Amino acid sequence: MKCKRCKEKAIVQLRSHNAAFCKPCFTFFFQRTVERAIDREHMFAKDERVLVAVSGGKDSLALWDVLVDLGYQTEGLYLGLGIGTYSKASEQKTRAFAEKRGLTLRVVALDETEDNLAIPEVAATTRRPACSACGTFKRHHFDRAALDGGFPVLATGHNLDDEAARLLGNVLHWQLSYLAKQQPVLQPTHPRFVRKVRPLFRTSELESATYAFLRGIDYVVDECPNSHGATQLVYKDILNRLEHTMPGSKLAFLTDFLNRGQPLFAAGPDGQLGECERCGMPAAGELCGYCRLVAEVGRRRAQAVAHS
Amino acid sequence: MQIRLEPQGKQITVSGRKRVGDLVQSLGILAGTVMVIRGDELLTDDEFVDDTDSIELRAVISGGVA
Repeated sequence: MKCKRCKEKAIVQLRSHNAAFCKPCFTFFFQRTVERAIDREHMFAKDERVLVAVSGGKDSLALWDVLVDLGYQTEGLYLGLGIGTYSKASEQKTRAFAEKRGLTLRVVALDETEDNLAIPEVAATTRRPACSACGTFKRHHFDRAALDGGFPVLATGHNLDDEAARLLGNVLHWQLSYLAKQQPVLQPTHPRFVRKVRPLFRTSELESATYAFLRGIDYVVDECPNSHGATQLVYKDILNRLEHTMPGSKLAFLTDFLNRGQPLFAAGPDGQLGECERCGMPAAGELCGYCRLVAEVGRRRAQAVAHS
Repeated sequence: MQIRLEPQGKQITVSGRKRVGDLVQSLGILAGTVMVIRGDELLTDDEFVDDTDSIELRAVISGGVA
């Protein structure tokens, strides 16, 4: 198989683009795709500081690598979820990535907080799905770190497969409010929020994994133990079967939605947000989602003590 | 040939010279959902592997809620 650009021996085939690339041309293709996404969606400029949320996985580390290589001003943010050996390995690889490249990494460890808010502990105490608690905690700490650090932009490593799976889930359940917000750039709806961007929204998981491998990025290959049976994986499997039969379907599904469907759902701005009485972050009610969850942990722990 | 499936950490043995695309398909894996790695190189579907090779099939799909 020959590289589409230079005709040398190819090392990766991208059916969705009806193309194959050698190592240098794939690296060029991947970086150019990300750069075009940033420019066309007006995600951020070279003079803006970008906080990159990194998990130790292929997508977020590939994203950080690309942004650094393209000359953007970045710092990393790692949120330690306290999920046993999985979190330990993730943190170790993230720290090693940053140290090797001389990059600044901020670390917030949930299991080292005063209340021990590690995800397994919170999920067990509240009887919520771990992924639900994890999402709430990530949103809060990402927002908080970006605000406290004075970053105008927060970038995450969500890729095309993530976004297409999310779209499928939103369409299956006609989640109108979620469809209205599903965009690669989310502008702040409150002065204490920052712009949130997803520069990898046009690149597939195969592309980000290939990029990470070719760049020698030592990422966590293991999956989060809580992801087994996750609904998102079911959606991804369905989309991969469709993609296998009709290459390019995933990209068309997402980009056609963004170009033609999403504007129809984005009727207007969110309702007016106030500020959380406990932490001061934006909230629809008296408390934000994060503080409601933390309060629930406290309540249930008190009940458990009272009944023991 | 020796094949390591990641992230499962599973090791299997397959005999004979095979086209990479056919090998992946014969294991019930959808093309494009794994990287086929031999040493420090990636293999495309049209290449061949045989009994002397040791390869890794590394899944590229990650899950959960971000």
